[in-house]
Amino acid sequence: MHVIINGKPEDISLGTTIQKLIEAKKLDPSRVVAELNRKIVPGDQFQETKLQEDDRLELLQFVGGG
Amino acid sequence: MREIPEDLFEIRGKRLGSRLFLGTGKYGDDALIPDVCAASGAEVITVALRRVDPDAHTGNVMDHIPRTMRLLPNTSGARTANEAVRIARLARAMGCGDWIKIEVIADNNYLLPDGYATVRATETLAAEGFVVLPYVNADLYVARDLVSAGAAAVMPLGAPIGTNRGLQTREMIRILIEEIDLPIIVDAGLGLPSHACEAMEMGADAVLVNTAIATANDPVTMARAFGEAVRAGRLGFLAGPGAQRMRADASSPLTGFLGGDGA
Amino acid sequence: MSFAEVMNAYAGLDIAKAIQGCQRQDVIRALNKDRLRPEDLLALLSPAAGNMLEDLARRAAQVTLRQFGRAVQLFTPLYVSDFCVNRCLYCGFNAAQAGPRRQLSLDEVRAEAEALAATDLKQVLLLTGDARHKATLEYLEGCLGVLRGYFPSLILEIYALTTQEYVRLIAAGAEGLTIYQETYDQDRYARLHPSGPKRDYAFRLDAPERGCAAGMRWVNVSALYGLGDWRLDAFWTAMHARWLQDRYPGTEIGLSLPRMRPHAGGWQPDEPVSDRVLTQILLAQRLYLPRAGITLSTRESPTMRENLLPLGVTRLSAGVSTSVGGHGATKTGTPQFEVADNRSVAEIAAMLRGRGFQPVFKDWQPF
Repeated sequence: MHVIINGKPEDISLGTTIQKLIEAKKLDPSRVVAELNRKIVPGDQFQETKLQEDDRLELLQFVGGG
Repeated sequence: MREIPEDLFEIRGKRLGSRLFLGTGKYGDDALIPDVCAASGAEVITVALRRVDPDAHTGNVMDHIPRTMRLLPNTSGARTANEAVRIARLARAMGCGDWIKIEVIADNNYLLPDGYATVRATETLAAEGFVVLPYVNADLYVARDLVSAGAAAVMPLGAPIGTNRGLQTREMIRILIEEIDLPIIVDAGLGLPSHACEAMEMGADAVLVNTAIATANDPVTMARAFGEAVRAGRLGFLAGPGAQRMRADASSPLTGFLGGDGA
Repeated sequence: MSFAEVMNAYAGLDIAKAIQGCQRQDVIRALNKDRLRPEDLLALLSPAAGNMLEDLARRAAQVTLRQFGRAVQLFTPLYVSDFCVNRCLYCGFNAAQAGPRRQLSLDEVRAEAEALAATDLKQVLLLTGDARHKATLEYLEGCLGVLRGYFPSLILEIYALTTQEYVRLIAAGAEGLTIYQETYDQDRYARLHPSGPKRDYAFRLDAPERGCAAGMRWVNVSALYGLGDWRLDAFWTAMHARWLQDRYPGTEIGLSLPRMRPHAGGWQPDEPVSDRVLTQILLAQRLYLPRAGITLSTRESPTMRENLLPLGVTRLSAGVSTSVGGHGATKTGTPQFEVADNRSVAEIAAMLRGRGFQPVFKDWQPF
């Protein structure tokens, strides 16, 4: 299945949830915020939110800044 | 020694014990951040929001920020009001409170903030319940618009970001302190503890310092120096300007027409 | 919001006592500040400051020079009607005064305007008593219509109006508003104004704000010193001006320094305001409000006016008659107060030049 994550095309298996995707990238889900097709997905919905064909997902985290 | 009266400082009802805000950018090693926080006495610290980069393996800045610190996410990277609003909403979804430092910068040569876009973003976010601390030029009209838009403070720049040039906007900031009935937090450009001290002596409510601490040879000691400079400046402001000796001047008194001893 | 709320916020404080308690050190501290706070204003009005007038004067002279340079605006009042239904105990237009009353016809206004215009004056203060049924809004619009043809700057000194009425007169050509609270002491105000519409303290107190809200470019406030405790009246006048400045940054807020002079009504102040006191009021207000224009009228002698000029005065009247019809060929009415400086516009202008000041006739012309 073809999706775009943080602007980059990726192929992932059908039915992958946001939770699984974040874990696969070795990130801490409690420190990531997700925006799926320009809509914020609250952290407590990562488990149940499955990606669909052509979805655009943004995964963000806090970094150093002033 | 006489007790110094309690000096209340609040942002939207949240009481703060320190008038120094820190940043988390530009550190050679983020692991310094806990010691910087402790040495400075600061209670508020800024962070930015970026796309995750799983290949970078740089660690997470959140690992280094003490839990007692209040997070002030910024909207850096936003070039328009809409982008700032989008970043602010994402930052809030992180679950670390609803404070947001709005930063809208469309000019990459000088990194100066866009006042008009900042006001519009402030309006939107304040209506959504954010505690909005907008970063702007030291401009009276923009500051007044921010008051109407529901900002919780105004953060005028002392000099362009990262220049360490000190209070170049001194006179404009003085006007904001006099005219604007919100906390004035001088942000950007403060390169030395003496700059921060000067801002506080003038009556600024707080200062935000990032580059000057993060890029010092010894960031922890510099953090302590800024913490003490901010306290000293605040006390200097509270104590009132010193009574300079009035110069005696015998020549042609201005009140001689009243007769008697005018002086 | 009204300035009354600011006054109420101070209700728990004995201001007179606070002023008396100020020390020399408080005055010095105030003199060293760039922007003074209300407690500094108290210090400058205190007896302690009264013993340091030369220090206040030096600082006030510096502040004035920096803010205004050496420019002094000249203007003259034009009395068009002395009908009045108020009984202000201290005023020559008091309704209880016998004697004939006059109201100029628009033709007579034109004759006065022609005489005044010949003196080079460009700013005129349009004055009436308080008699709405005589000097009606339509009449005032008519006066402004005539005067607009001669003078770029017209200022009202008339009975208190509503915001909408001020809007109407601005449309008719009024640029500014002068209105004095007379005294900020409410009890004393009630005793001095036993009847007539002016008895309404609150309506008068809010009149300057209504003028600002209506869009006046220029609003001038003051007490009439000598009616109440001058320290308190000077304090509240300056507080009122600062409050208006903060709330209406688009309007220029000015002050005046009127004090009670002898007049036809025979009422005499029980607390006369000496030259020294008037000087202290000027200095304290100048230091508290560095940007405010300050007007000194011909109630004051040439000596006082010339000596106070460098200490903070920025606006002088010249060629003054305080009677209706005083500038034309027609016979004149009772003066509102006695003029102590009878010099013509040319004489005042020459005096200013001789002292290194520039007389300014026209500062601004509304579009």
